[in-house]
Amino acid sequence: MSRFDPERLERCFARLKQQNRAAFVTFVVAGDPNMDSCAKLLHALPDAGADIIELGMPFSDPMADGPTIQRASKRALNAGVTLGKTLQLAKTLRDKHPETPIILMGYYNPIYRFGNQAFLDRVKDAGVDGLIVVDLPPEEDRELAISALDQDIHFIRLITPTSTKARIEKILHRDSGFIYYVSITGITGTKDIKTGDIAKHLDIVRTQSDLPIVVGFGIKHPKQAAAIAKIADGVVVGSALVAALEEGMSTSDTEQGIKNALDTARTLADAMSKTT
Amino acid sequence: MNLAQANMLPDEDGYFGIFGGRYVAETLMPILLKIEAAYKEAKHSPDFIAEHEYYRTHYTGRPSPLYFAERLTEHFGGAKIYFKRDELNHTGSHKINNVLGQILLAKRMGATEIIAETGAGQHGVACATVCALFNMGCKVFMGTKDIARQEPNVFRMKLLGAEVVSVDSGSASLKDAMNEALRYWVAQVDQTFYIIGTVAGPHPYPAMVRDFQSIIGEEVRNQIQRAEGRLPDALVACIGGGSNAMGLFHSFIDEKSVALYGVEAAGKGLDSGEHAASLSGGQPGVLHGNRTYLLQTPDGQINEAHSISAGLDYPGVGPEHAYLFENGRAKYVSATDGEALEAFKLCSHTEGIIPALEPAHALAYVAKLAPTMPKNALLVMNLCGRGDKDIFTVQQYL
Repeated sequence: MSRFDPERLERCFARLKQQNRAAFVTFVVAGDPNMDSCAKLLHALPDAGADIIELGMPFSDPMADGPTIQRASKRALNAGVTLGKTLQLAKTLRDKHPETPIILMGYYNPIYRFGNQAFLDRVKDAGVDGLIVVDLPPEEDRELAISALDQDIHFIRLITPTSTKARIEKILHRDSGFIYYVSITGITGTKDIKTGDIAKHLDIVRTQSDLPIVVGFGIKHPKQAAAIAKIADGVVVGSALVAALEEGMSTSDTEQGIKNALDTARTLADAMSKTT
Repeated sequence: MNLAQANMLPDEDGYFGIFGGRYVAETLMPILLKIEAAYKEAKHSPDFIAEHEYYRTHYTGRPSPLYFAERLTEHFGGAKIYFKRDELNHTGSHKINNVLGQILLAKRMGATEIIAETGAGQHGVACATVCALFNMGCKVFMGTKDIARQEPNVFRMKLLGAEVVSVDSGSASLKDAMNEALRYWVAQVDQTFYIIGTVAGPHPYPAMVRDFQSIIGEEVRNQIQRAEGRLPDALVACIGGGSNAMGLFHSFIDEKSVALYGVEAAGKGLDSGEHAASLSGGQPGVLHGNRTYLLQTPDGQINEAHSISAGLDYPGVGPEHAYLFENGRAKYVSATDGEALEAFKLCSHTEGIIPALEPAHALAYVAKLAPTMPKNALLVMNLCGRGDKDIFTVQQYL
């Protein structure tokens, strides 16, 4: 049977809605700190509470990322990770967890060099559900978004605190899968979020789309995750998991790092499920 | 292609052929659209034009002379060599042309803080200078490697009141300084204006920076007419991002009789893998908001550039150069570290002008080109910066 399933993401959100809880979306960088350890961590994330897995495609110049994800990307590249290996990692994750949606997130250049259609073919083959390409705004839809959508691959849109109402309309002209609301003006894992402002902005977005809204970029603590889980359809945590992995690796070893990251994931997932 | 068409590029989406565009995170799209609209309005506004001209004349010291380099001409024994003396501008390079235009636009838009990236420090110094003049906060992002090799400029920036933010991420040079400036901008987008130093970055920067630099070529057109009664046969300029070259070339793009040469930094040689020649040794890719030629691995990871000149040490090039490269209108050649050093010495000894290491690359190619041209041919080289900043670097090699 084909690994690709254009309805998997929708089923996931429907299931969560029935359970009356928000999606816990985890982000780690593919191949951080190496391929084997990353596979181990990824395969264990669904049991630690992850509903959706975002897999970062490492890039030498991650312009939208803070120091934590920058270091993770560097570790992965030093370990020899390529886009081909990232896709392979996604494929093994798919075989292990047939119902967990997988989203690839990253920057455009490695995809462009790989070849857009070759990349989309491999995405389908790996059973990846959607793409987030940080440096492809709607102005550049002709590059990749339109052909991805034509082939039933979700192309996830980002909305930010700087997006005006008119801008949101333009962004959501070709929306798909879910909406990723960037909770801060800034890079990943930095500034603290303001829940009140986010709630107001989400209300505006909701008047323009029926898609689930997932919030990410500045969420680190269980309390923050719980607060966002009340007002959004999903919460993304990335830097906090990567930081936990790093901490374990620096005080002990990679095994400890994986354990730390999974413990952090569990704590966050628990905090989110209690409040909804 | 005629001049009217060339002047119409980029298209409304910021493309020069397939190059250019707006490859940025969504957070930055609203400010880019705002800058584009503000620039469109300002460039036709009489008060903006008048203010710009006033500072260009009385502060920068334009027009810069077009100087007949008689002894070098004799030395090479071919074409008549003219230097466009943009090293005589206030702050010592062509960079002031661009920052003056952009800060006037920033002021018009109500920004209170300026950020910039810098490699050699020339753009950083130019920014710090106009920020002092217009009383604006100034943060200059600079790789730790460049801070070490361009110490005099770091001190100048601090003296002018700017904060120099050292960047240790990635390869700790110009591309990483630009990453960090973009990261900072994303977080402070409300009150901050990013003055990009070259004809790269997301639309409208490549076009806007070119327009502010095109005064160089416009002056050359008039000056050579007065001196020789005709247009030149060849223009030569060095290329890092390519702003001084674009500024020189722009007025001549439609003049088919004028050959255009961009000189990239070949570092330790194109085959060594240690160079900064994105057009001669790179492939198309997407970085820092635009599609252009980049030094990169087959997997699309950006490579470190290498050049003795910090100002050319960038793994990309402006998208309009990528366009002129592919359609063949301009020729892109290169000069190694060693060739640039020889030209640096030659210019100092022969003309009494100590050039920056950047235009020393252009001169290194002039040394090859001029002797192949007839004695009545006219060659104009952009001497885009002075060499004071480089004397300590050069000292190590002499």
